[in-house]
Amino acid sequence: MTTTRAGAPLRIGALVLGFSFLYAPIVLLVFYSFNASRLVTVWAGFSIRWYGELMKNEAFRAAAVTSLEVAAMAATLSLVLGTLAGFSIARFSRFPGRLLFGFALLAPLVVPEVILGLSLLLLFVASESWIGWPSRGIVTITIAHATFGACFVSVLVRAQLAGFDRAVEEAALDLGARPWTVLTRITLPGISPALVSGWLLAFTLSLDDLVVASFVTGPSATTLPMAVFSSVRLGVSPEVNALATLFLALVFVLVSLAAWLMARAERRRQTSLQELPSPVCCARPPPAVRERGDPAR
Amino acid sequence: MIGIGPLGRLVLIGLPFVWLALFFLFPLLIVLKISLAESVVGIPPYTPLITTDGGGLELRATLANFALLANDDLYLRAYLGSLRNAALATALCLLIGYPIAYAIARTKGTRRQFLLFLVMMPFWTSFLIRVYAWIAILKPNGLLNAFLTALGLITVPLPLLNNGFSVELGLVYSYLPFMILPLYGSLSVLDESLFEAAADLGARPSRAFLGVTLPLTLPGIAAGSLLVLIPAIGEFVIPDLLGGPDTLMIGKVLWDEFFNNRDWPVAAAVTVVLVAVLAVPIIVAQKFLQRERAA
Repeated sequence: MTTTRAGAPLRIGALVLGFSFLYAPIVLLVFYSFNASRLVTVWAGFSIRWYGELMKNEAFRAAAVTSLEVAAMAATLSLVLGTLAGFSIARFSRFPGRLLFGFALLAPLVVPEVILGLSLLLLFVASESWIGWPSRGIVTITIAHATFGACFVSVLVRAQLAGFDRAVEEAALDLGARPWTVLTRITLPGISPALVSGWLLAFTLSLDDLVVASFVTGPSATTLPMAVFSSVRLGVSPEVNALATLFLALVFVLVSLAAWLMARAERRRQTSLQELPSPVCCARPPPAVRERGDPAR
Repeated sequence: MIGIGPLGRLVLIGLPFVWLALFFLFPLLIVLKISLAESVVGIPPYTPLITTDGGGLELRATLANFALLANDDLYLRAYLGSLRNAALATALCLLIGYPIAYAIARTKGTRRQFLLFLVMMPFWTSFLIRVYAWIAILKPNGLLNAFLTALGLITVPLPLLNNGFSVELGLVYSYLPFMILPLYGSLSVLDESLFEAAADLGARPSRAFLGVTLPLTLPGIAAGSLLVLIPAIGEFVIPDLLGGPDTLMIGKVLWDEFFNNRDWPVAAAVTVVLVAVLAVPIIVAQKFLQRERAA
């Protein structure tokens, strides 16, 4: 571009160093999960021995099942609550308690996990002694994960709604569509990228959470991060390397799939909007198009 | 919203609002209540705040837990240690993250999308695994020491793990993406012609950067700093896995108080003070998060 700015070699250098720092530990971990030796410093040849050992590990397997159950339930609950919350904040500019609501939606994104974990546990203990519910375990972990998951979903939904052209909704209503039809045929498909990525984000956050789950769980439920943590505390274990590699592979596939689906949905939306001959899109440019104007910068 | 009645509106807003009030705001009040109770052996392991023992209601609140926090300097040192470690990590994330965010913002088209994907990928991968990965690298017979020994640079393994260095490294590593994304956000909307105008008027690149680019990206700097600072102060996993006996951070003290000493009232008091310390940064961070949404 121009010569006044920090030169291209400097920028490439920053990127290479930065991404090496972010990715080197992960790459090394994946690499050593295929090491035949137990020692990290000795490369004893390629082996999938630790994957075999991992499959035989009953504790890990049971914990993985618990984690997947919790994550699926928590992500679904997060999606419902977070979508409602995102709509409320994006579409209603004033209602009683909106400020407090907005605070409660964003604060869990930054509040340290130890605070969320301890406070929820104390609530569950108090509630169990008052009304006998909930007993600590899968239910309490799911509630806890759904709470912070909903906050992340609401952020994504809200951002997507901000870029959503409401004229399309109004046009449908003017043409006689019922509100429910507008919601299911226009609004929800329009924000589907946020819904997909929101569910996936809530799912992985739940799958990954150690601190909150450790606080709110009871003796009956151990999640995968809890099992990994107690094993890691005893030192590096090749089985954990194998587990981590499987986890990374799963996440990578899911995220790439989601990114691809969203890019495709976005492309389709763009083309369909361009093909619309109606004054809907010409009265004001669709916000999505405005946002994406940056390649021309 | 168009076409939904007052009842629909009540459900739409009410459901998530009640959920958050019940499972986020109300628990904070319970923490406050239990921080005023006494620790006892039993289930639950604290005294009730209001009793009817003496016939009639009786309020039994004690500030003993807060007095303990004030008198035992372990807690003060842990709070200060957390603040210091988190502040240093924030500064380092800013120093490392700014050039990366800058370089991404100056990249074009699909390559930029790919770089952003690379920055966001760590959000999706396990935090625990990313911290754990450093143990194999840093331990005395780990990869880095083996590498340095093989090069002949050292003969005795360096103490890289379980000390202040490894905790700081872990914090910077884990929270760097939280810094890069808001920085990128404000750098990508920066009007480049301002920088060029400064250069045309004779400002050297360093002067133009300090006088134009840096001030215009202050919102991104502030947002990123808060997103790193606040969670890093309460961090537990990193000091526990990468820290040593002399690592004092409040998240770990809270955890030990709760799980090892089983003193719930003191753990609650530690939390109350932590919330009080973080209240202002959290509210300020919110303003930035909201502004980012609005933009």
